Amino acid sequence: MTGPLPVTVVGGYLGAGKTTLVNHLLRNAQGLRIAILVNDFGALAIDADLIEARSEDLISIAGGCICCSFGSDLMGALMKLAQRDPAPDHVLIETSGVAMPDVVARSAALIPAYAIDSVVVLADAETVRARAADRYMGDTITRQLDAADLVVLNRTDLVAAAELEALRRWMAREAPRARLIEAVRAEVPAEAMFGYSHPAVGSGTLASGAIRPAEDAAARYESASFLPDRPMDVEALARALARPECGLVRAKGVLCDADGLLKTLHLAGARFEVRPFPHAGAAATGIACIGLRGRFNRAAIEDALARAAAAAR
Amino acid sequence: MTTIYRAKRILTMNPARPQATHVAVRDGRILGAGSLDELKGWGDYTLDERFAGRILMPGLVEGHSHTMEGTFWRYAYVGYFDRTDPDGRVWPGVGSIDAVVERLKEAGAKLADAEAPIAGWSLDPIYFGGRRCTRHDLDRVSTTRAIGVLHASAHILNVNSRALELAGLLRRGVDHPGVPLGEDGLPTGELKGPEAMMPAGPHVGFDRDILACDELGLRYFARLCVRKGVTTAADLASLLPPDAVDMMQRVTGEADFPVRVVSLRRMLNLAPKDLIARAKELAEASSDRLRLGIVKIVVDGSIQGFSARLSWPGYFNGAPNGLWYVTPEELRAALALALEHGVQIHTHTNGDEATELVLDCMEEALARHPARDHRFTIQHGQLATAAQFRRMKALGMCVNLFPNHHFYWGDQHYSTTVGPERAERMNACATALANGVPLAIHSDAPVTPLGPLFTAWCAVNRLTASGRTLGSEERIGVGDALRTITLGAAYTLKLDQEIGSIECGKRADFAVLEDDPAEIGPGRLKDVRVWGTVQGGRVFPAPPAP
Ligand SMILES: [Zn+2]
Repeated sequence: MTGPLPVTVVGGYLGAGKTTLVNHLLRNAQGLRIAILVNDFGALAIDADLIEARSEDLISIAGGCICCSFGSDLMGALMKLAQRDPAPDHVLIETSGVAMPDVVARSAALIPAYAIDSVVVLADAETVRARAADRYMGDTITRQLDAADLVVLNRTDLVAAAELEALRRWMAREAPRARLIEAVRAEVPAEAMFGYSHPAVGSGTLASGAIRPAEDAAARYESASFLPDRPMDVEALARALARPECGLVRAKGVLCDADGLLKTLHLAGARFEVRPFPHAGAAATGIACIGLRGRFNRAAIEDALARAAAAAR
Repeated sequence: MTTIYRAKRILTMNPARPQATHVAVRDGRILGAGSLDELKGWGDYTLDERFAGRILMPGLVEGHSHTMEGTFWRYAYVGYFDRTDPDGRVWPGVGSIDAVVERLKEAGAKLADAEAPIAGWSLDPIYFGGRRCTRHDLDRVSTTRAIGVLHASAHILNVNSRALELAGLLRRGVDHPGVPLGEDGLPTGELKGPEAMMPAGPHVGFDRDILACDELGLRYFARLCVRKGVTTAADLASLLPPDAVDMMQRVTGEADFPVRVVSLRRMLNLAPKDLIARAKELAEASSDRLRLGIVKIVVDGSIQGFSARLSWPGYFNGAPNGLWYVTPEELRAALALALEHGVQIHTHTNGDEATELVLDCMEEALARHPARDHRFTIQHGQLATAAQFRRMKALGMCVNLFPNHHFYWGDQHYSTTVGPERAERMNACATALANGVPLAIHSDAPVTPLGPLFTAWCAVNRLTASGRTLGSEERIGVGDALRTITLGAAYTLKLDQEIGSIECGKRADFAVLEDDPAEIGPGRLKDVRVWGTVQGGRVFPAPPAP
């Protein structure tokens, strides 16, 4: 029995770049077996060169990823997916333009086989503010942003610097909870999307320095691993790491809790979860963190670790 | 072979010849309506006197129902109001949660297997003084069987502890807007919305796709139609996968199947261009008794579920605005493509903001693809304003309003959802007619019971369950109401050249009535007794209740 399957929901309005993001992630899955659920293949085109085989509702992708269309029956598709052997490492649900992605994520978590990893909402830097002012769709767009753990502000290369700065301020008002990731052509590294770069992390055996940004992302992201050797209040640590001053997009780790038991810590933006470690026996403890270059605050993270260790005493 | 039926009176809906005593039928179609002398000219005939003491109307047309009404009758009925099943048995309404529990126990007593689930339908706790139904209530029925009761809206499922357990939901930490928790931190048993219902549905006996009908359900639905005088019913809507189409084709094609079913394809899981292509394919697969090719697009939710999109100032009780189920981009693309390819679209809108969006998108689509006589239809359109009816007229649209709502939830609309003024203008049939918008009215069965004469009564009287007249200015006359449940609905389905009136050339579809709806009085329209139907010249008496 491993832990529940992590689910990332990717929402955002039409044209925000969801298709580009999915193709990017599939191309850079780095060995992760990702299962992507889409409403219909017609609305989300997988790049032809990635496709190994396809049937009416399933596309097999090189490297062990799959893509399924769920039509009107997301819950049915999730239940079926949970039975698959081998199980995927991570499930990504792409939602329609009008869906509330947080509600979709919470629906998936109604099935005991799944746990929410994160709610990611894409926004097109060029059009998001106009969309949010739309007479009909405005409140839908702002509700979606407000529900996000991570907002990917896409196509930032198409707006001028001053405009981008104004957009950041606007976003901080509309989606105060969310961590903002800026991207061009929806190029978000898998580490930021999924919180780890290697499936071994998903199964609980954390190698030191597990989160290592891919070459192309190195310029935008910064990461570090910490290997505390003392028990700590894991819940308190998670709460501290979720605060904006740490500048984290993601954190994932296995830590020894105040009660002496191993716990997994999982963080996506402001969302975090602490669970009992799902495997028997001992394991190496440690936590890997990733954040945006320039905002990643090593000192604040170290401080959070020290305080959590002090709280456990 | 010609048969001439004699009737006490025939209400033809043909303005040139509104009444007659005889109708001549050959090959399932009408040769003419008139006097026996007039009809003798068609040659040899058999005179059929069985309707001599009865009233004939054109077969009634239900413009918006769901064939799953037939499917639901295999479950225990726990609605608040009396309701007739396909066999004609009247199930008394249940007035309390205790009575619901008793009804479910009775259903359980008939099951041999102690672990077999029990499913019920049409629960409406709004009438139980605000008390919600919980798993503990249903645990009194059984703790070994999974039990699930679907609400009248079909959007909420109440289950017992056993069902929660089987669904993996009897645990702490469940966090979902559709799953309220009790003080003990466990779900109360109320599951709101399709996603929350899904994990439990199969365990209580509701199939995965509650909205689709199966073969038995379709047969039950047809029997209900005969009892209600319905000879053509629109089924709004399913996904119509090939195997469902094959089944419907086979069942409706049987020699004694009594109804013409117009089944719409819902725009779900298909991009607009694939949808329109599929609609054209479906149209090709149509037969006399299974008409395919119309598309339905759901734009918003329901008013009583607070998921309809309302224009300013929104809900009377301050609830946040509802949800969109389609983007304007997709809606616009589908409407334009459909106009271009001659595919008809019906749009579900309840709130006035949703109706406004459809009108805006339709205006743009028509500018791109001007089309005459498209008859795109607003379904429900419950909160449409007078200005919106004027736009519908200008854009060549039809409307199919939902007056049954006044009776079942009118008091709640008045007090809670939209407030007095808008409750009184809901389903503004008189305004639609005054502005010349082609009008149909519907039951949305199983949300409310199938029965066009009852729906007509609702439009004529606008009474709520508590007896309030909700918007007397929007009442319509009996003549208009009868025309609306025949020709009016036929027009929205583009079938008015075939059905909807009793005149030369049309299908021999009749509602056979024991009482005269034009004479019985507006207040008793719902009490008109139905003997049965004639469909395509075939006679279908409604068998007496067992
Ligand atoms: Zn309906």
